[in-house]
Amino acid sequence: MDHFPLNWGRPRNDAVDLYGTFPIAQRPTNVPKDAFSAGIQHTQQPIVTGTSVLAIKFKDGIMMAADNLASYGSLARFRDIQRLHAVGEHTVIGAGGDMSDFQYIQSILDEIMTDEFAAGDGHTLGPAEVHNYLSELMYARRSKMNPLWNSLLVGGFKDGKRFLAFVDLLGTTYSASTLATGYGAHIAQPLLRRAVEGREDTLEEEEARKILEQSMQVLFYRDARSIDQYQIATITAAGVHISESRKLETSWGFAEGIRGYGAQTQ
Amino acid sequence: MTSIGTGYDLSASTYSPDGRIFQVEYANKAVENSGTAIGLKVRDGVVLAVEKLVHSKLLVPGANRRIQTVDRHIGMATAGLPADGRTVASRARDEASSFRDFYRSPPTLATIADRLGHFVQMYTLYSSVRPFGLSTILGAVDKDGPALYVIEPSGVFFGYHGAAVGKGRQLAKTELEKLKLTELTAREAVIEAARIIYLVHEDAKEKEFELEMSWIGPETNGQHVAVPKDLFDEAETKAREALTSGLE
Repeated sequence: MDHFPLNWGRPRNDAVDLYGTFPIAQRPTNVPKDAFSAGIQHTQQPIVTGTSVLAIKFKDGIMMAADNLASYGSLARFRDIQRLHAVGEHTVIGAGGDMSDFQYIQSILDEIMTDEFAAGDGHTLGPAEVHNYLSELMYARRSKMNPLWNSLLVGGFKDGKRFLAFVDLLGTTYSASTLATGYGAHIAQPLLRRAVEGREDTLEEEEARKILEQSMQVLFYRDARSIDQYQIATITAAGVHISESRKLETSWGFAEGIRGYGAQTQ
Repeated sequence: MTSIGTGYDLSASTYSPDGRIFQVEYANKAVENSGTAIGLKVRDGVVLAVEKLVHSKLLVPGANRRIQTVDRHIGMATAGLPADGRTVASRARDEASSFRDFYRSPPTLATIADRLGHFVQMYTLYSSVRPFGLSTILGAVDKDGPALYVIEPSGVFFGYHGAAVGKGRQLAKTELEKLKLTELTAREAVIEAARIIYLVHEDAKEKEFELEMSWIGPETNGQHVAVPKDLFDEAETKAREALTSGLE
């Protein structure tokens, strides 16, 4: 359907075919060219978004945290969204960025895991495989100028080995003992590095949880797209555990002393 | 068979004058030559077991499996041509996957059996194809609880409490009828399934065989998986004991 009324019923296009030598029906300028429905639409920007994901290595595996908010612009639109997703027995992915793209990624990975289960060959996909698949997927989509607008952390534990890596909408990958996406990459990453680096093999689960809690707290104070509800995923030799949603302890007493903007008069 | 040489058996798209399709009946013969497969639908799960006849000592143990997984909660056991079994299993997986894609929920066994039944039936309609020489036992625990279906080469499918196909199906059915299937647990059913497979194998005095068993129940978290080694060994031992005590 040609949605441009100016094209309707026109015998010919003088700019292209001055003397009307082409039959009307076959004239290239008379086929829909800029119609909305015929256009190919690519993601230009994320719509409903999640903010930071944090992850660290600790003695027994990987721990990951993300809050439960999916924002619509600056509106805190969905406040009970889980942004950590278990992929099989050994892996968790956490996503910032577009939440509909993340749901799509979840459905792709779930289908792959079901296919692998049905193969029944005694092999299962671990975090390294999942991460590599995602990097190929993200890079392929960006090469079609139609990226999946996410930055993802992939954490897991398989065959006695920890795995933690990052992949984003361009297909960029890297790995480190502490990782953070989005605003957390600026605010939380230095804190995580100071707390974790060099202690990956001695850090107890309880302390690792405390480090993430503190970082989530700082992020909640600083990041205007965050919320005080969050979940923690733990991946160890025992498998994947994603906690119930929990609430951050915060105190806003210090705000009384802030001067310079807001409602105070002096 | 009196029908041989009459020309009515040359194509699946030709009826005989008395309304039969001989190619489909020949397909049933292919199933009868195969080792027995049984399925038990019990109180809290489903158990599948297969008597896999091993035609060569050179084969790697566990090769040419006849129990396959369709979806997380669906399994199938086949009797007949092994290659046809893999074709049907592959189609079953595609159907299950497309159902999940379309409805965003795990398929019930009734829908999968229905779709596979149609798929198998399509191969009884054209002269250009051969009907599947295959009887398929489908087992699952879905939202409606345990389910068990059998699809035959003609494409007909029925739900069962207990099912047996292949060479020893008559004796196996007799044994299944003796059980109170709705009262058994999946664990108990594994023991019974092993016993029945050993029994029908002994009866036929066949060559070597390998027992294959899988189950879906509370202990498997609703997933279709092979019976764990300890339970498998226990069932096999008990099956052998039952056999020797029965012979005395």
